[in-house]
Amino acid sequence: MSAFSKKRWLLVGMAGLLLAAPAVFYPVFLMKLLCFALFASAFNLMLGYTGLLSFGHAAFFGGAAYVTGYLLQSQGVGTLTGIACGVLFALVLGALVGLLAIRRQGIYFAMITLALAQMVYFLCLELPQTGGEDGLQGVPRGSLLGLNLSNDLTLYYVVLAFTGAGILLIWRTIHSPFGRILLAIRENEPRALSLGYDVARYKWLAFVLSAGLSGLAGALKTLVFKFATLTDAHWHQSGEVVLMTILGGIGTLTGPLLGAATLVTLEDQLADKVGSLVTVILGATFVICVLLFPRGIVGAASEFIERLLGKSSPPPLP
Amino acid sequence: MIRIVFCWLLRALSPSLWATLTLTLCTLQAQAAYSDNVVKIGVLTDMSGPYSDLAGPGAIVAAQMAVEDFVARQKPDFKVELVTADHQNKGDIAANKAREWFDREQVDVVSELVTSSTALAVMKVAKEKNRLALITGAGSSRITNEDCNDVTAHWAYDTYATGSGTGKAVVQQGGKTWFFLTADYAFGQSLEKDTTAVILANGGKVLGAVRHPFPSTDLSSYLLKAQASGAQVIGLANAGSDTINAVKQASEFGITPKQTLAGLLMFITDINSLGLKATQGMYLTEAFYWDMNQDTRTWSQRFYARHQKMPTMVQAGLYSALTHYLEAVKATRSDDTQVVMTQMRKMPVNDFFSHNGKLREDGLMQHDMYLMQVKKPSESHYPWDDYFVRATIPGAQAFQPLALSRCPLIHK
Repeated sequence: MSAFSKKRWLLVGMAGLLLAAPAVFYPVFLMKLLCFALFASAFNLMLGYTGLLSFGHAAFFGGAAYVTGYLLQSQGVGTLTGIACGVLFALVLGALVGLLAIRRQGIYFAMITLALAQMVYFLCLELPQTGGEDGLQGVPRGSLLGLNLSNDLTLYYVVLAFTGAGILLIWRTIHSPFGRILLAIRENEPRALSLGYDVARYKWLAFVLSAGLSGLAGALKTLVFKFATLTDAHWHQSGEVVLMTILGGIGTLTGPLLGAATLVTLEDQLADKVGSLVTVILGATFVICVLLFPRGIVGAASEFIERLLGKSSPPPLP
Repeated sequence: MIRIVFCWLLRALSPSLWATLTLTLCTLQAQAAYSDNVVKIGVLTDMSGPYSDLAGPGAIVAAQMAVEDFVARQKPDFKVELVTADHQNKGDIAANKAREWFDREQVDVVSELVTSSTALAVMKVAKEKNRLALITGAGSSRITNEDCNDVTAHWAYDTYATGSGTGKAVVQQGGKTWFFLTADYAFGQSLEKDTTAVILANGGKVLGAVRHPFPSTDLSSYLLKAQASGAQVIGLANAGSDTINAVKQASEFGITPKQTLAGLLMFITDINSLGLKATQGMYLTEAFYWDMNQDTRTWSQRFYARHQKMPTMVQAGLYSALTHYLEAVKATRSDDTQVVMTQMRKMPVNDFFSHNGKLREDGLMQHDMYLMQVKKPSESHYPWDDYFVRATIPGAQAFQPLALSRCPLIHK
């Protein structure tokens, strides 16, 4: 069996598992998982494939969540329009933030994105439409293509479809010539520049794409939970997505999915078991993971499998 | 189990004449039974964040006490179980946990719910699943106004009562001129607006206000403006760490005790952690103070023995709310949400926490509130001896009148 078809079988198996998952797991929990998996994957496009650490992705996630929530609740637009407007908002915001942020590198890039995200947070707190610290509550889910979304199971498949499409888009991007150039920029920016690529434009495009997909994740989250609150736009959210991505393994397609799943599950399952120790356990998990397997869960797992099969040494760290 | 054996025995022994009677008896009992014979209570609170002191682990202790006391006192024929979780002050975790509890664990009532965003999120889920939400920790007046529903009870306090209650009572005590230090967002602004209206209506004067960003660590320039205004009372229309910073800095600058501070949303745990030296002379409104009378002392000392801290109004209120709920379940022999809710509205709330409290149609539990003044260090004789009770504000005046409620249930 060739490697390609093996991969295809793996994909089919995963799709089957995801389709059957609500029979075993709680659908709302699964939807939350999917939203954060998409968010982390979108973020990974920046950190893993372009080598840019953004510390303001909560602005796109939370901003889109608020826009979608506001339109669905107060303006009575259709669900699809609401999601589309949320994504559009994230794209425009991403374009503007990107224009400013990509002029700098490293810590300055992170700080600019953080500063701009804090402004978005401030707007979410202050604007009369957002409900201040109480947030937007009781957002209707509406219906999509004749499907009534108030049923959790129906919504699960809709969210699954959206998330799948988003992740497929990321996969296509990475495996396109555009994605190759992003990798080149990550590895050696001056060389990419000297080869004649307009590095700034590539970075900007990647940033906008990442922002838009983060927005999609935020919009879906509003739909799932029927509310948008300040937590979504807070810088903690930006930090959490960094954590998810690093935990899972940066620069891999499955890493962020696994990282998001791990973190969300821990947060959710520990809530009624250890009480105040949740944050301590999350912190300790992160430190241990970073120390023991710096390439994340996926990196460590593939290394282990390769060693088991007696293959060559792992590729160097990104 | 006993009932099943009993019915079976009767049926087995009885000739045809008996059969109809037993059958009726057994069906009657079955009708009145509780779903799965267990009443399950969920406590969803902040176990590790900024509100874990005023709610958190103490709230769980209070809930355990409520369940144990009820079982010991009433010896009910159903089981009462308690589940708890940490919502980490995040709406999505709170709503998700509540949904899971309702769907998967047959939880009948979710309680506590500190921070308004989590409370508002969970009460929507409760309405959708037709279960109860008993809120004691969150203070937003939206809970019983714009966002009210018929499965929610708001038990301990709301920001209208702590704000306007303080405003009115302080003016009546002689604090006529006011200056506001306001957190610049919806919550702070509405607190300032509501309190100003009450002050003016009672013959007081508002000399001015400064708005500070939320959250702030350095409030000195704002406090100096308040000092320069010469107002007798500085109203703190903010919450949590902002209030704590303001009190601390006001004491450092010598603003207090020349001018008096009025906390529009504060808890005894805030006073205790700031110390009496910094807080002396302050006015604030609370629903409960442990050292008020023999009943409050007896209960609070039992609580203290288990938690090593005196209860806040949130924790004492949770005990009261859960006890009232369990009594209603027992009285109606049902755990159906609407049946129990109707009974809870019917019964007056009389316990150490509230006298002749009444659960209104908009979900607000209307009870007396108390204007407290913080003691000087020299006046405090033992730990947690923090307050003078300066005035009792009758429930009808402490809370927003039902006629003014913006709750859609009222004006149908």
